[in-house]
Amino acid sequence: MNSIRALIVDDSTVMRKIVERSLGQAGIKLTEVFEAGNGAEALAVLQENRVDLVLCDINMPVMDGLEFIKQLASVENAKGVPVVMITTEGSESHVVQALSSGARGYIRKPFTLEQIRERVIPILAGQS
Amino acid sequence: MKTATEVPVADDGHKGWIPLLELATREVFEMMLGSQLSAAQDITEANLDITSMVGLAGQLCGMLSLRCTQKLAALMASKMLGTDPDAMGPELADACGEVCNMVAGNFKNKISGLNDGCMLSVPTVVTGKDYNLRSLADYPALEVQLALEGRPIIVTLEIHS
Repeated sequence: MNSIRALIVDDSTVMRKIVERSLGQAGIKLTEVFEAGNGAEALAVLQENRVDLVLCDINMPVMDGLEFIKQLASVENAKGVPVVMITTEGSESHVVQALSSGARGYIRKPFTLEQIRERVIPILAGQS
Repeated sequence: MKTATEVPVADDGHKGWIPLLELATREVFEMMLGSQLSAAQDITEANLDITSMVGLAGQLCGMLSLRCTQKLAALMASKMLGTDPDAMGPELADACGEVCNMVAGNFKNKISGLNDGCMLSVPTVVTGKDYNLRSLADYPALEVQLALEGRPIIVTLEIHS
């Protein structure tokens, strides 16, 4: 798998760092990592930068993850970019809402490296 | 991670949920900090000077709190970030809030029927010891006392309804 550019969206700085480190530990090589503290910041990052993967929390201030996915379609740079939700909100309604809005995967916190491998690598490899 | 378990809402003040609260806490520390928690008893609460709280609303209303010392919070943050505990700054409160948030989420995921009907607030973190927390809980608080590397952690669930 080629090295990728990723955008990590979470209102917790600590959690953004954990997700970044977990991607590396799961064997995903990162060329560049962008960070955003909410959906609005993430949209601004994507206006200026092209990424290969977005990992996004749901519960965030200003703009939550579900609204972010809805607005993602309007960003030219983000067309076709897979979004994986990483969140403590594990309810079925949230999963259905996220996937029907365009998310390609869903990971509950707390997560294992195995879950990152199983749910992210196939998406990057175009298998899911 | 264990999957959801059917737990009847009994008249015992939800005491049947205590093992699930403990399991939810242990799993978060194992999966996100790579650390095993041990059992602890007779913790001196006066020494615990950082409290993180997450509100629950919907089918279950209440508040989940996690209390420990700031030294332990720094250790938790350092384990999450892979850095030196002495170098921790604002990440300390952030880490505590996130751990509390994950414990609350993991706990509600373990109770059948609760997951879809209960929402979590963003975490709030209070530092210092000189404060009183007044809860309007309808039931006695559920409490789990654990320790990380010998340092105590108290996880409490106050249930309003």
